[in-house]
Amino acid sequence: MSLEEGEICALLGENGSGKSTLVKMMYGLVKPDEGQMIFQSRSYSPSNPNEARSAGIAMVFQHFSLFDALTVAENIALGMVDPPPFNKLSREIEEKGKTYGLSLNPDSMVGTLSAGERQRVEIIRCLLQNPKILIMDEPTSVLTPQEADILFEALRNLAAEGTTILYISHKLEEIKALCSRATILRAGKVVATCNPEEKSARQLAEMMVGTSIVTPKRAETQGNRDGRPLFRVEDIEKEASSNFGTSLREVSFEVWKGEVLGIGGIAGNGQDELMEVLSGEVLPKGGTIMLNGHDLARLNPNERRKRGLLFAPEQRVGHSAAGEMSLTENAYLTAADRKELSRAGIINWSRTAEFSRRIINQFDVRTPGTDNFAQSLSGGNLQKFVIGREILQNPELLIVNQPTWGVDAAAAASIRQKLIDLADSGAAVVVISQDIDELLEISDYISVLSGGYLSKARPVQELNREDIGLMMGASRESLQEAVA
Amino acid sequence: MLVFERRREPSRFWTAITPILAVLITLIAGGILFATLGKDPLEAIKTIFWAPLFDPDLSAYARPQILVKAAPLVLIAIGLSIGFKANIWNIGAEGQYIMGAILGGGVALAFYPLEAWWIFPLMIVSGIAGGIAWAMIPALLKVKFRTNEILVSLMLVYVSEHFLASVSLGLLRNPDGVGFPGSRNLQHYASASNAELFAGTGIHLGVIVAFVSIFALYGLIRFHRLGFQIRVTGQSIRISRFAGVNPNLMIIFCLAAGGGLAGLAGIFELSGPAGRLSIDFNVGYGFTAIIVAFLGRLNPFGIALAALLMSLTYIGGDLAQFMLNLPAAAIQALQGMLLFFLLSMDFLSQYRIRIKHWASG
Repeated sequence: MSLEEGEICALLGENGSGKSTLVKMMYGLVKPDEGQMIFQSRSYSPSNPNEARSAGIAMVFQHFSLFDALTVAENIALGMVDPPPFNKLSREIEEKGKTYGLSLNPDSMVGTLSAGERQRVEIIRCLLQNPKILIMDEPTSVLTPQEADILFEALRNLAAEGTTILYISHKLEEIKALCSRATILRAGKVVATCNPEEKSARQLAEMMVGTSIVTPKRAETQGNRDGRPLFRVEDIEKEASSNFGTSLREVSFEVWKGEVLGIGGIAGNGQDELMEVLSGEVLPKGGTIMLNGHDLARLNPNERRKRGLLFAPEQRVGHSAAGEMSLTENAYLTAADRKELSRAGIINWSRTAEFSRRIINQFDVRTPGTDNFAQSLSGGNLQKFVIGREILQNPELLIVNQPTWGVDAAAAASIRQKLIDLADSGAAVVVISQDIDELLEISDYISVLSGGYLSKARPVQELNREDIGLMMGASRESLQEAVA
Repeated sequence: MLVFERRREPSRFWTAITPILAVLITLIAGGILFATLGKDPLEAIKTIFWAPLFDPDLSAYARPQILVKAAPLVLIAIGLSIGFKANIWNIGAEGQYIMGAILGGGVALAFYPLEAWWIFPLMIVSGIAGGIAWAMIPALLKVKFRTNEILVSLMLVYVSEHFLASVSLGLLRNPDGVGFPGSRNLQHYASASNAELFAGTGIHLGVIVAFVSIFALYGLIRFHRLGFQIRVTGQSIRISRFAGVNPNLMIIFCLAAGGGLAGLAGIFELSGPAGRLSIDFNVGYGFTAIIVAFLGRLNPFGIALAALLMSLTYIGGDLAQFMLNLPAAAIQALQGMLLFFLLSMDFLSQYRIRIKHWASG
């Protein structure tokens, strides 16, 4: 592949297609076994990131490496080999920020900044080295659409000045909007180079996957909100479960039979806490959780499962599945009671194996067999197994956190379809997700969790991407206004 | 150069073969150790590993003795392995063993010289209760204050040793013992004696119970929901909570299982082979059982084999001390080597070794 001066080039590919390995070589983190790179007509083989940086290649990672308790300027100085005096550095930060529309106060504590602002710190840290190539790894995964627009504007400015930008993402719409060229990787090979503006998002996705993808479809009849809700959560309060978590405040929502309620919001705004409280892994400080008129708020996860409330948390290995246990054992993990896989505590393994084979067949899980460890499956296959395990238990309500996070496009489409089918069959589904397109695709109603507050649910027909984006970035006051 | 690659699943072949490999390497390293001590290494190894089993003069006595010594190791290791599977690290079985013996023995001696059928079962139950009670100290501290059970259970071993010394010299001292430390001999108290079941073998009820416990653990881990929950807890606390396990109850159960079986081993030993409480009643079964549990890979049948092997090194080690003048410390070093090599061999089941050449480019 090649990069030209001043262009914004996309690097597209599914998880595991080799995108990260490729850019890590450019950034000196990984050594290629074979082949060579040529940078400005000279052979280029950095042995570490310092060499890459001094040659003019900078990279903004998906996960930030910033210290919360230090200021913006201090954080930036920490990453420099030979930092200038602080007032000079602060001036430079402000100047760079103004030039590219990424304004930052060099004296603010990083801990108080939003995800978008933290990303600016990382970008400005790179820009201060005047790089020739800037690599951005999934930069918008933590941004609201509005923040992403600001970022795109800055990137266009940079490109106009001659900086080359290599943009890694799997969000096809934004690649179409931003990039003039796309290189598509599949299974470690460049399979195509194209102009993304000329291709549809579907065509790009199909090039990535190598097969055709079916967009999930809703049935014509949508759940009607007559009578009593199936599931009602009222005034749930819970303290943050970690230093980086968010406390839940007076969270209330209702779900009717046959509908999908989407809960949007950027990760870290109380999603994990909400999931823990709904599943019963942690009991809420106050409030009620009613399913079919029974209060479940004080019950443990197994008691809730017996009453028809099932869950699939975000993290697969280590939370929804045991990595070092077989698929059969993982099937028993949550289905023991509802599928009657044990009697008086004695486990019926042949029945359990049969159940796990059913999951594998009906949800198209690619695995050699039921005895394989869960961690030996790819992310998409394991997620299909987890979702299948819950759906085949015929839940009254299924709550899923980030159903397609880290899952390839084909598996994501099939998981979404299964969730829709579940709702169409009369059960209810709650999907917590930070992927706005996913929410718009499968939800009937959408709420947004921001800073531990949940907005009122609105029918999906009334909403567009921008509305949801505004709600995601909204403060408590404006959310309550929206509620009122 | 050599490269280690993590396997996605541990290799079944290497999991099965590494204990055997570890024993072989231990024999070689042990031989070198004995040679540097000026002993004939082949003779020493033969005395330790071969003579107790096959020597015509010794084996009639030594073979059942191997079972008798293996019994407490099996009982304790079975109990500990339950906790180890759930990542709950009870290192204080030695203390729980002592406290089981003290409480069980104390209860029996309280009724001396009354003869009644119910004294023996009451003594056994008290022994179990003593071990559980001692294990509840680290359990409850962990549940309440998140203390580290490794440290607390280990430190309590030393407390229990001093307690043992105290009762041997005071509360439970034999009033007819003309001032010598130590309790009455339970073997001479018919209602509390854990007598040998087959004349001349020394095999007592504890050996039978240890045998049963192997199958009980297998059934629990393989077929019971509780055993499944124990293994899930070993994977991570988060996933066990998701599976509906109460982590605090799991901590209490695992420590109770380890403490209870250690206490049971203690009271069987006291009322059987040892006979009486004294300052040197405990001989380190509680610590050796940790080695046994790992040597057996926390598998009940593996534990049985490992306990027999360790027991063999005890009996053979005694013989080697007696016949070849090998120091006791050399035998302990051999046992330590065994654990060391086993754990380092474990690497092979988790990782694959590849020889990789630097690419010319």
